[in-house]
Parts: sequence; C-alpha cells; structure tokens
Amino acid sequence: MKVAITVNGQETTADVEPRLLLVHYLRDVLGLKATNIGCDTTSCGACTVLLDGESVKSCTVLAAQADGSSVTTLEGLSSGPDDLHPVAAAFRAEHGLQCGFCTPGMVMAAVGLLSENPKPTEREVRDGLEGNLCRCTGYHNIVRAVIAASGQDPDEVTGTSLRPGVERSPAGGVAAAPGFSTGGAE
Amino acid sequence: MSILGTRVQRVEDPLFLTRGAVYTDDLVDERLAGALHLTLVRSPVAHARITSIDVSAAREAPGVVAVVTGAEIGLEPVVLQGGAPKETARPFLATDKVRFVGEPVVAVLTEELYQGQDAADLVEIDYDPLPAVVDPEEALKGEVLLFEDLGTNVVGGFGLDKEFDEHLFDDCEVVVTQKLVNQRVAAAPLETRAAAAVWGDDGRVTLWASTQNAQSARDAVAGWLGVERDVVHLITPDVGGGFGAKIGADPEFALVAQLARITGRAVRWSETRSENMTGMLQGRAQIQTITIGGNRNGDVLAYRLDVLADAGAYPRLGMFLPYFTRQMAPGVYDIPKVESRARTVVTTTTSIGAYRGAGRPEATAAIERAMDLFAAEIGMDPAEVRKRNVIAPDKFPFTTKGGATYDSGEYAKAIDKALEAADYAGLRAEQARRRERGDTVALGIGVSAYVEITGGGAFAENASIEVHPDGTVTVLTGTSPHGQGHATAWAMLASEHLGVPVEKITVKHGDTDLIPRGAGTMGSRSLQTGGVAVYQAAGELVELAKQRAAEVLEASVEDLEVAEGAVNVRGTTTSITLAALAEKEPLKVQTKFDSGAPTFPFGAHVAVVEVDLETGRAVVDRIVTVDDAGPVLNPLLADGQRHGGIAQGIAQALLEEVRYDDEGNPITATFADYAFPSAAELPSFTLVDMATPTPLNPLGVKGIGEAGTIGATPAVQSAVIDALSHLGIRHIDMPLAPLRVWEAIQAAKGDA
Repeated sequence: MKVAITVNGQETTADVEPRLLLVHYLRDVLGLKATNIGCDTTSCGACTVLLDGESVKSCTVLAAQADGSSVTTLEGLSSGPDDLHPVAAAFRAEHGLQCGFCTPGMVMAAVGLLSENPKPTEREVRDGLEGNLCRCTGYHNIVRAVIAASGQDPDEVTGTSLRPGVERSPAGGVAAAPGFSTGGAE
Repeated sequence: MSILGTRVQRVEDPLFLTRGAVYTDDLVDERLAGALHLTLVRSPVAHARITSIDVSAAREAPGVVAVVTGAEIGLEPVVLQGGAPKETARPFLATDKVRFVGEPVVAVLTEELYQGQDAADLVEIDYDPLPAVVDPEEALKGEVLLFEDLGTNVVGGFGLDKEFDEHLFDDCEVVVTQKLVNQRVAAAPLETRAAAAVWGDDGRVTLWASTQNAQSARDAVAGWLGVERDVVHLITPDVGGGFGAKIGADPEFALVAQLARITGRAVRWSETRSENMTGMLQGRAQIQTITIGGNRNGDVLAYRLDVLADAGAYPRLGMFLPYFTRQMAPGVYDIPKVESRARTVVTTTTSIGAYRGAGRPEATAAIERAMDLFAAEIGMDPAEVRKRNVIAPDKFPFTTKGGATYDSGEYAKAIDKALEAADYAGLRAEQARRRERGDTVALGIGVSAYVEITGGGAFAENASIEVHPDGTVTVLTGTSPHGQGHATAWAMLASEHLGVPVEKITVKHGDTDLIPRGAGTMGSRSLQTGGVAVYQAAGELVELAKQRAAEVLEASVEDLEVAEGAVNVRGTTTSITLAALAEKEPLKVQTKFDSGAPTFPFGAHVAVVEVDLETGRAVVDRIVTVDDAGPVLNPLLADGQRHGGIAQGIAQALLEEVRYDDEGNPITATFADYAFPSAAELPSFTLVDMATPTPLNPLGVKGIGEAGTIGATPAVQSAVIDALSHLGIRHIDMPLAPLRVWEAIQAAKGDA
C-alpha cells in the first residue's frame, strides 16, 4: 500500500507492506537511523518520535496509520550539531546521555513532555518519562536536563549534588511516592 | 590552567544529539549493501533432546536464501571459558540437545527483515523434553545432568583443596550465620547484541560487532572459525551500553561470519529484546552462606563465605567470577580470620557472565549483610560496628586475608563523610519518632562501606598519538567506550600535554586493523590503564617534539616548552607549531603503560528508604554516596558513572530479578515483565566527593564505573531491613519487592 508521510518537514512516499512499523519506515525506508529499537513490547521508548506534535512510540504505530501525518525525529529537531535545539542542548550541558541509545527517544519524549507541561516539577518529569528507559544515567542527569530545558534551575528543583566544600546535603530525592511523606530528618 | 579535573562537555554529543550515534544495526556501508538478515530459531524448551528438525517449508518461504542447521554450519562446538571442562562445549547451532530456553538451533537467512520471522515460524523442530534444573542447589545434587559425559553439574570451584576450619569461630562470643541469595539479573543494555559480516576477495572477513573489546572479540571469533586472527578485521561502531555482558565475543558473532562465508553474501544480525533476555549473558546468581563471629564489644574476629555460583547452561566468564568474590570477601575490614570457598554449577538457564561489578558486588553484599547481622546480634549501631573494624589508614598497602593487596584507602573517613552528609543522627531520631507514634510508613537507614578492584583483569594498555600537519591530533586507544565518554576524556589527557583544544583531538578505538592490541573496557579499567597510556603517550610526544624543534629552532631542549600546540623557547617569542613539525616528518609516538597491579577504589553509601508497612512497598527517598576513585579527571563523566551505577544498585536491591519457572521457562523475558527501573522509581542522588590517590599510576586515578552499584545494592537492602528491624526482621533476600517485604512483615507479626 502507498503511504505519504511528512518527515522532518519533507514529503515522503513509499509503497509498503501494511504491517510495516513506522520505526522501520523511518529507519529502513528513509534511512533515518537515529530512532532506535530497544524492545519488542512498547516498554523502552527508544523509538519515540513526534507524530503531529505528540510523542509516540514508533514501534507501536504502523506506517499506514501515519499516512497523511507529520513526523519529527531527532534528525529534524536541531538545525545542526553546532546549533542544538534547547532540549538537546540541555541534554549535552547536563550530561543526560552516555551510550546514546535511549537518547533520540528520550529527547523526543522530553520535547513532548515540555510542550504539555512547560514548567514541570521533578516528580512530573520522572512520571512523564516513565515510558522511556535508560540503563546508563540512572535518569539523574536526564531529569536535570529536562528541568534545565524548562528554564528552571536543576539544583533548586532537584537539590541534590554536593560539591566540594559543602558540608551538608540539601534534602534531596524525589518527592515521596503517592501516600508517602517526605523522608529525611526534621 | 590544567584541563584535568574540569567539567568538559562531551565532544561526542553534538552528533549523538542530531544524527544519532551509529550502532551496528545503523551501519550504512557499501560492503553491507544487500546484506542478508539473520533470524535465529531458538529453543523454546529448557532441556530436551532434539529428535527432528524439518526446514523444508522454511526453505520455500518468500525471500529465503538459506536455512542452516547445526549439521550444516561447519563449526565445531567450543568451550567458551578457559578452564571449563571440555564436555561443556557449546555448539553454534544445537544438534542433538538443548540446554536452555533461547539456545540457537536453526539459522534463517532472508533478503528482507520481516521475511525472517515468517520463515522461522515454518521451521519444525521436535523436542523430547528432559527435566529442567533451575536451582543451583538442585544442580549440585546431580540428579539431572546437563552434560552426561561429565558426570556432574559442578564445573569449577575455588578454595576446595581443604575443608573449612572447624575452630574458626572458637574465640568468638557471638556467631551469626545466614544464607543469602544474590539473585540473577539481566545486564539489559538498551542496544541488544548485533553483528554484521562480509568476506572480501582477500580471504579476510570484516566483522562489525557490538562489543566492549574488539581485540579479544577478534581473537575469539578467529579461534572459533578456525582461522588465523589476522583473517578477522573486527570493527566496533558506537556501542549502546554493555555493563559487562558485551565483554568479548558471543558465539552468534562467529555464526554471522560463518553464514556470510557459507552464503557468499554479507549477513547482518540484530536480536530482538526477547531474544536478548534469554540469549545474552546475565549476572550475579550466587547463593551464599555467610558466618560471622566476634565479641560483644563490636570486634569482628572471623568470617566465612561459602559461595554456590550458577554458571547457567554453558560456562562462560561467570565460572571465573567467584574468584573475585573470594578475593574481596573481607571488604574494608581488618578481620583476623577469613576463609571462603566457591563451587560453580551448570543449570538449564542462560549463561552467567559479568554484570557491573562482576564478582565484587557479590562479595560486598555478603560482608555488608554479615556486618549488619552481627551488629543486630550484639545490639550495636551498624555504622559504629563498621568503623570499629575497618582497616586503619596507616596500614596501606594492606594485604587482606582474601589475598588482595589494597593500594590506598581511608575507609572510616568515607563512612563519616556519608553519615554526616545524610545527617545520620537526625535520621535515627526521625526513625525513633515514627516508631513511637506507630507510623505506617517506616523509615529505614542503610549504611554500606565497600572496596573493590578496578583494572583487575589486564593491567597494561596501549596508546598512540599523532599530530597531523593541519594541527589536528589523533589518539588511538585499546580501550573501547560504550557510553563512558573516552572521546572526551582521552582528548583531555592529550590536550593537557599538547595544549591542543579537545575539539581538535580525535580518539579512535575498536578497529583491530588500526589498533591490533588492546584489552577493551571492562572492570572499570579504562582510565587507570588506557587513559594513563594516552597521558604517557602525549608526554612522550612532547619530548619528541622538543628534540625535533631543538634542531629547527637551534635551541637547547632544556629551554623548550610545549604549550597551545607549539614548541616555544622559554622567555622568547621563538616557536614552531606541532603542526609545522608534523609537516616535516610524521610526529607520532606509540606507547604502553603497565600498572602491574589493580587499584582498589572504595566508598560508603547511606540509603534512606520509606517502607509502607501495609503494602510492603519500599521507596528510596535519598541515597548519599561517597565514591573515592582518586583524583577525578572530568567530574561530569565521573558523576555520570556514579549515577548509573547507583541506579543499577538500587534496582538490584528493590526491583530486578531474572526468574524461571520449575520447567526452566523464563518468566521475565521481555521489558514488560522484567523490572527494569524507570525514572519514576528512582530518586535523584546526592554525591559526596573524596579523592585518595593510588601510587600505582602517575595520575593517581582508580576506576569509577562499577562503584555505585557495589555500594548502593547493600545500602538499599540494609535500609529496607532496617526499617523493619523493630518487628524483629533481620534479613530479607533481594529483590525487596513489595510482595516479599509484605510477606516478611506478615511472618514477623505472626511470630509476635
């Protein structure tokens, strides 16, 4: 079947199998390899892209379903390596990526999150990115990056890292999970 | 000003954040144009004889180029771990018997990716089931044998030459013993395993593979293919995480190369996550029995560790790892009498290999549980017991009863720093208040102290460095990053000597034709071996440049200095750039650094958890960590390593476990079933800095990659148990998931 999908502002068309997943359309038909595949159960979010402005997992969307839609992948986000999109720039500044495999999906999910909630709390970032898995960073710097990209100071919002010379830890950690009071001493 | 110790942003990132990194499955290379896709038919049963394999229907399926069975693969079964019994050789494709769910049986090669699964579904294999053996203690009994010719499931061991000393605890006022399960976990790098191969007209094979060490992967694959190692050109593209499970080569790499040889076509393979969760090496999987004895004043006098290690079906590196567990058994403590032994058995499960820490977290988990149990038994504060028994700072270098020689450490100081940063006294007061008022959310505080080995495998590493006539610099390293940021860190080390900005320095790795020797990245070895080698190479290049410049500038070498990419005559404006020197003749050095011994980073973690006594749910509220790996080259990168390690430590303590049912069926084989943590389950981390240099290398650096995991796991486990200590609970095995914690609470209530 024939599909026409606008990808990163470019019109694309192809004759595809009805079962072709959007992620394979992007990777194998168009050769846009930034979008990765990390699982087969819609759990990891490495394949996250924006579909008509909303973040979706492209392993769970058929290319046919995206027919007539507009898709943005990591390749379409920044104008170039020297001119990063603010979210991508924040990921670099806060070291929100290590091996880089979750990164394209994580960045796109963060862009989606911030478009819905421009000034999130740490808890809102953590819950908002629950569908995107990272094995390298422990999420610490990803959360900081998203907070920084929102124009907030990650030190104040997460308030954790001690630097040399600082004697006491600020009360850190997440706001406690639902039903829990905050820990730490009074 | 020195660039060392500064927060330099990664040079890798601009491309990673725009085009994306290039992993094996992303490769667009003309040699791989039109490559066949490999789909493996894997065993759905844990233990069975294969009675028939029918591939006729699969061969007729659309797009199928070849369907290859074990009888046709043309590779002999291989023993995958040095020292393993020859009877444990693994076939590349099973022929007569399968020994774990996920063992490859048939290879299907198709023109298109989707055709592969279609054709694989048409392969008919009949299995005659045999009993599974999942529990290492059952395996030890030998009632069900994986390798009948071997006559036992015990495939290795350490410290078995003599019996345990029956008088070991004779002098102790208090003796506590406990069985612990250090559960099996999955490394689960986000990039699954992948490889691609093509044979050239020159009779050589180019093999791209996702591995942590190209050179040893090359050697292994060449050996398995039965060719000289020069025949294999192994290239490591960007690697999407490894965590130990991508050390060396997997048999599938050789299979890909052999199938390319058989078909005369390029072949590429990228496994699915479900394949990965049964096919890739897993970690930990030890059953430990600990016994600790001492006096009521808090002095620990004797410690015994008895390890039963699960090797999985075919012994791999996991067979060796109890060696590290025994070596690190006493941890940070000066214990007069220590003894240990380890036995390794095969089971009908996925093979065990390295996972972040690899043998050392198991040692730390055991001794730290032992210290807690001892403290509880004598009614002393667990932090106090630890500080009382640590090795004093004036005793280094210190050779332990485990046989390791620790290079440097200040263990009590690390514990104090962590306690202070966490406000330990305040936390204890809050805990008491909650207990007094009968709060249903209990507060738990866990303290761990750890020491580990880094660079414990290969002590030497190679580096070369060349300045080009355009002023750029190329560094070649035998270490091989998969997220650690070597492109930035090694460039900083070269820049320190040469004064060339990091943006002009390219770090290359993982191409065995370009870099024939190297030991890769594992065991937190890279900075203290490969990094130091780069630093040394840059220093040697400075000396070479000075000698060359002395002739050109008609100056004496002693009057020259290198700064900002040029050789200058001190106190004058006379200089020549390194680039100009390189124009005259190649400006290049190659060197090797050998530390001769591993280093021993250490630290202390304080975990603060809240446990809902009605549901058993435990949440880490805060974790404060002191991780001392000597001077920090780049705090951005070092903190990142700590964060990732801490997360994996918390996850093992609370969430993750690879599980099988009694028939050997994996029941956690997808990311929908395996408790891989998301951001929502973790807190932000509080890092406290401390830097005690090692005398073993000129930078004084130790490894940081695994420290977080090693310290966090026991701290979090301890914290949850501590939250429940007023109920009389002394131990719960990991993972401390809600059901298990809830059951322990119910059992304690029943007892009371």
